[in-house]
Amino acid sequence: MRLTVNGEPFETRDAGTIAELLRKLGIGPGSVAVEVNLSIVKKADHSTFRLNDGDKIEIVNFVGGG
Amino acid sequence: MDDKLIIKGIEFQSRLWVGTGKYKDFEETKKAIEASGSDVVTVAVRRVNIIDRKSENLLDYVDPKKYKILPNTAGCYTVEDALRYARLAREAGISDLIKLEVIGDEKTLFPDTWGLLKATEILVKEGFIVLPYTNDDPIMAKRLEDAGAAAVMPLGAPIGSGLGIRNPYNIKIILEMANVPVIVDAGVGTASDATVAMELGCDAVLINTGIAGAKNPIAMAAAMKHAVIAGRLSYKAGRIPKKLYATASSPFEGML
Repeated sequence: MRLTVNGEPFETRDAGTIAELLRKLGIGPGSVAVEVNLSIVKKADHSTFRLNDGDKIEIVNFVGGG
Repeated sequence: MDDKLIIKGIEFQSRLWVGTGKYKDFEETKKAIEASGSDVVTVAVRRVNIIDRKSENLLDYVDPKKYKILPNTAGCYTVEDALRYARLAREAGISDLIKLEVIGDEKTLFPDTWGLLKATEILVKEGFIVLPYTNDDPIMAKRLEDAGAAAVMPLGAPIGSGLGIRNPYNIKIILEMANVPVIVDAGVGTASDATVAMELGCDAVLINTGIAGAKNPIAMAAAMKHAVIAGRLSYKAGRIPKKLYATASSPFEGML
C-alpha cells in the first residue's frame, strides 16, 4: 500500500487506521492534527478511520512562530 | 488595580503577548517567555518531522496549562490556505483562538486585507475567536470588527522590521473607532516602541522578533515586560498636555 505522508512517499503492507499509522511513525496523538485527502479527521476518529492506497496524509503540530 | 484584558470571556493576565519563533532553541524560548511575564504565546502550524522523530516538541517547553496557545496562519497567502491552517490549528490545539494572517506580499509581509476579511467572516461563522493581523487602516479594522473579529491586530510596522509604531495617528484613530480590543502586532523593535503603543491606549502588544532577535533575548523580554506595564500605567494615569513654552515647577513665592 502506497501512501503520501507529509509530502513523502510512504510504503506499508497495511497502514490500518490513523492511530496505527501515528504509532508506527512514533508520533504521540497529543497535539497533532491529521488531514486525509484535505479533510481533517478528528482525534476521536483516529482509531476507527482506515487508510486506503493512495491516501495523502498530513500530520501537523505546533512549532515556534510569531 | 484590576486592569485585565478580556477577550470573549478569556482573561489575559499580561498585556504583552509573545511569539515563539526565531529563538536559538526551545530552552531559550522558555526562558524568554518566563522573563516576559506573558501568559499568551503564538505558535505556527507546520508538518511534523516524520523522518527525525527525536526532534523535540515546542509544547514540551511551553506548557499549554500555563500559557494560552494562540496559533497563527503565518505563511498563508490565500483565503483557502488560511482556513485550512486555522482548522488544523483548532484540531491540534485546545481552543478556538486563531491569530489570522492572510499575507499579500512576500517582501513586506503586508496583510491581504481583502482575503483577511473573507477569511474572518468564514471562521467567525465556524465558531473561531478570530484575531486578525491587519494594516494600520482604521476602516479595515472596523470592517473586521463588523465581521465578528474578537480583537484587531494592526501592525506597527512590517513583521520583523523593528521600525516601531510608524503611524501612531492611525493607531489612535483605530482605537477611537474600535469596540473590540486593539493589539499592536509586528514592528516593535525596542522597549520604547512597546511603551508608545501602550501609551496610545492599545490593549496589548504582540512581540516576537523584537525579543527573539535581540542580542540577549531574555533581557529584552524583561525590558518589554516593563515597557508594556509602564506604557499601560502611563496611559491610565493620563499624560500632561504638550506645550511649546515652559511652566516653572518651583514656586515664585518665597524667592529672595
